[in-house]
Formats: sequence, C-alpha cells, structure tokens
Amino acid sequence: MMLQVEGINTYYRKSHILQDVSFSVEAGEVVALLGRNGVGKTTSLRSVMGLTAPRNGSIRFQDREVAGQAPYVMAKAGMAYMPDDLKIFPDLTCEENLEIARRLSGRDGYWNQGRVEELFPVLGDRRKQLGILLSGGEKKMLGMGRALMANPDMILLDEPSEGLAPLVVDHLAAVIEAIRDKGITLLLADQNLKFCRRVCGRGYILEKGRVVHADTIAAIWDDEAVIKQYLAL
Amino acid sequence: MNLESLVHVCLAGLSTGMFIWLVASGLTLIFGVLGVLNFAHGSFYMLGAYCAFTALKLMGGNFWLGLLVGPLVVCAVGFVIERFFLRHVYGLELPYQLLLTFAFVLLFDNLVKIIWGAGSIGSPSVPGLSGSVNILGRFFPVYNLFIIVVGPLVALGLWALIEKTWYGRIIRAASTEREMAAAIGVRVPALFTGVFVFGTWLGAVGGALAVPYIGLLTPGMGEAIIIEAFVVAVIGGLGSLKGAFLGALVIGLLSSFGTRFLPAFDMFLTFILMAAVLLWRPQGFFGKAV
Repeated sequence: MMLQVEGINTYYRKSHILQDVSFSVEAGEVVALLGRNGVGKTTSLRSVMGLTAPRNGSIRFQDREVAGQAPYVMAKAGMAYMPDDLKIFPDLTCEENLEIARRLSGRDGYWNQGRVEELFPVLGDRRKQLGILLSGGEKKMLGMGRALMANPDMILLDEPSEGLAPLVVDHLAAVIEAIRDKGITLLLADQNLKFCRRVCGRGYILEKGRVVHADTIAAIWDDEAVIKQYLAL
Repeated sequence: MNLESLVHVCLAGLSTGMFIWLVASGLTLIFGVLGVLNFAHGSFYMLGAYCAFTALKLMGGNFWLGLLVGPLVVCAVGFVIERFFLRHVYGLELPYQLLLTFAFVLLFDNLVKIIWGAGSIGSPSVPGLSGSVNILGRFFPVYNLFIIVVGPLVALGLWALIEKTWYGRIIRAASTEREMAAAIGVRVPALFTGVFVFGTWLGAVGGALAVPYIGLLTPGMGEAIIIEAFVVAVIGGLGSLKGAFLGALVIGLLSSFGTRFLPAFDMFLTFILMAAVLLWRPQGFFGKAV
C-alpha cells in the first residue's frame, strides 16, 4: 500500500474540518477525492503532506507512520504536492523553480529538467523567465514539472484541471497518464468528474468533511443519484 | 558653495548613509524573509557596540578582534530570541511582533545599564584608521572613509549571497512562498533561525563599527539608529535590500546637506522625505505594491 489514511480529524483553529476521514491509494494507482467546494478535499491533501497536521488518526506512507510529520520530511520521503494556487516561486526563474525541487529532494531518478521540458515544451522556452511573469497555464505546467523534478513516489494534485480550457484539460489528462506509466502514484482532489473519469481508477466522495461514498470512477459516473446528491453544482 | 565644500558635504553624507545602511541591511533582510518588523534590531546594534568594546578591552585593545568576537556574542542572543520567542508570533498580526520586539528593547537597555553602567563610555581609536586625511585642502576622518568603503562591500556581499548562491535561492523561495518551500523539502524553521541570526550579526557589526565612529557608547543608543534605519527601510521599500541601500544613500546625503544649509531642520527634512515618498509611492522605491 502506498498511502493509507485512517480516521484522521483535522482542525483549522476550532473548526473541525476533517471528521474521521479514511482512504487508501495502492502503488501505481490514480485516485480522486471528489466533492463540491469546501468539503475537505484540499485539507485532506494538506493533512497528508504535513501542512495542516491532523489531531488524531493515522497516515501511513509506504508502510511508515507519518501523521504530523513536517512537510520537508514528507518531501524527502518521496511525497510531492501541487497546491491549487500553484505557489510558484515568483522571484526564481522557471529553471530555478525546477532545479530547487530536484536538489532539495535529494532523489535522483527518471525525471530531470530535459524530460520535464519534453513533457511541457513551453517550460523550455520560458527557462530564464521569472515565475511571476508566467501565464496561468504555464504556471500550472511549472507546478507539475516542479513536483516531478523531486522524482517522488507519489504526487498530490489539488484541482489540477481547474481553470483550464477543454483542450488543455485533454493535454493534462495525457500528461497524468504518462506520469502514471512511469510508476508514480497520484492522488487528485478535483471537482471535474469528466476529467477524473479519464485518468482515475477509483474515487472517494467527500461531504462536510466526511467520506460519504467510495467506488470506482466508472461506477460513480454511472450513479446519477450519487452525482446529483454530492457532485452536481 | 565651492567645490571643496561640496565634496566634503557629499563625503559626510556618504559616510552617514553607509553607516545607517549597515544597520538597515539586517533589519531589511529579516523583514524581507521572515516578515517580522524587528524593533529590537537597534538593541542588537547597541549590544554589538558594547560587546565589541568589552572584547576589545579584554583582548589587549585589538579593534579587529573586538569586531570579530563582539557580534558573535550578540548572535547567540539573536538565536535565543528567534528560537524561543519570535517563532511564536510569526503567524500573528504586526502589532504582536512590534510589542514583543519592543519589550526586548526595554529589557536590553536596562541590561546594558546593569552590566556596563548608566553613563557613557568613551571609545578607543582604531590603529591605522585614526586621524584625518587632506582632501582638497580640508581634513576628513580616515575612519569615515573606511565606512564609505565597507558599506558597498556589505551590499555587494549580500547581493552575491541572495542572488548567486544556493542558500540565496532557498531564501528567495522561502521568503515568498514559505509553505511551498517546506513542501519541496526546505526546513523553514531552521532557515528562519539562520536568517534571523545573520540579520542580528549585521546589526551587531554595525554597532561594533560604530564604536570609533560615534565616539561614545550610551544605553539606549540603539533607539536613535533604529528610527533612521526604519525610515531608510520604508523609503527603500520594506524588505528590499536594494531599496534600503538607495534609501540610506538618499537619507545620508539629505542629512548632510540639511546640516550644512538648514541645520535647524536636519531631522525634519528626513521625515518630510519619508512622507513625500509614502504619498508618491506607498510601497517605497523598490517595495512590492500591496
């Protein structure tokens, strides 16, 4: 098992955000956390990454208990994270944004600057450009490229398809498939069921900080009642 | 005003400006990376001066050893403050940081009185840098020329550190997106401690260099310089080292020309300039617009 989350409870000050949330991801899987805005998808990813530590419950990453570990420990253990607002380092060039992630992780592997630029050619064109000057789409590619440069075992992607044009979403789906084929496990938090149907095998639906439904994405796609109750806007 | 006067007024302005820059650099670095407006930075300057003075006396009057050892002692103080106090207010609003750091100002002022006494202490001269040189027929202190040289060297060193080194790249990343920096493997708390201690060292070195420059050491001497350093940091753009350097030059020259032509309005001019800059460009010369 790559990731096993069991009964975590996460708070923002006094607000009880995640309530006994459990999910798991097998090695090589692409799994989705689904649900409307504010149901706890981002907090789930942040809890796993150590950015918002859960108060209790268990998080096992590659059979090692990691609940409450600092984010830098998770990064070095092989977990990468792309937040929904990307958080590209604005004062670093595109090249520096990528290189800093590779060097800090201390992990060598398939992904390097050349391979990331092969996947996202525009990053090669913008190599010397500051992060602050990139467009929204370019930032998204850089965010994903930066996650890959750490040669992680698993990537957490928060709203990867958000704000992208349909053609770009198609490209993103192809990229995620390519990443998965290189042996990286992915956990996505996304509202776009159509996109998740293309790339994910299983999904967990969250509602008010709880996991309310778990199934294959194909089964969720076919279940109109579940879509209407938990996913329709 | 003849050429000789103009040159000397400019030299005086440059030495004043570079002296303020030495203190403002640490203040700016700490704000730029940690986001903390450290009112106690003036206390580090004061402690740097007193510790360097004591080290100098204990080591047979060697100014350079005092300059080396004194600021290192203050670094230990900076470490304790960051590690055990300041770290707990990073996430809080600015008034909490100001209150905490101001508490340290009061504490250190009294500590200095207890250890070194409430009176002023005369400073020794620096062998090789004492006396004056003749420039265009008038005498100018050698030590002030030394400060004019040291200021840009510190600026150059800081620029190289931030822009050209691996640690500088990490600092630039963590100063803008600290959570993301942590998520790619930066030990942000340790980095912040390191930057705070380095900023403390810069302030303390400013104080150690002040020993021969201002002539007298007095408890509370950090409060006057911290106000000027704040003005410089605000004019330059809070957190911008480039801005602080330019701001220090402008304030130094303005102060020097003000003393020469409008002596009654010396400090007044400084604050008029600050008000004008804030009205024209609230983020300062190189600060980022909010």
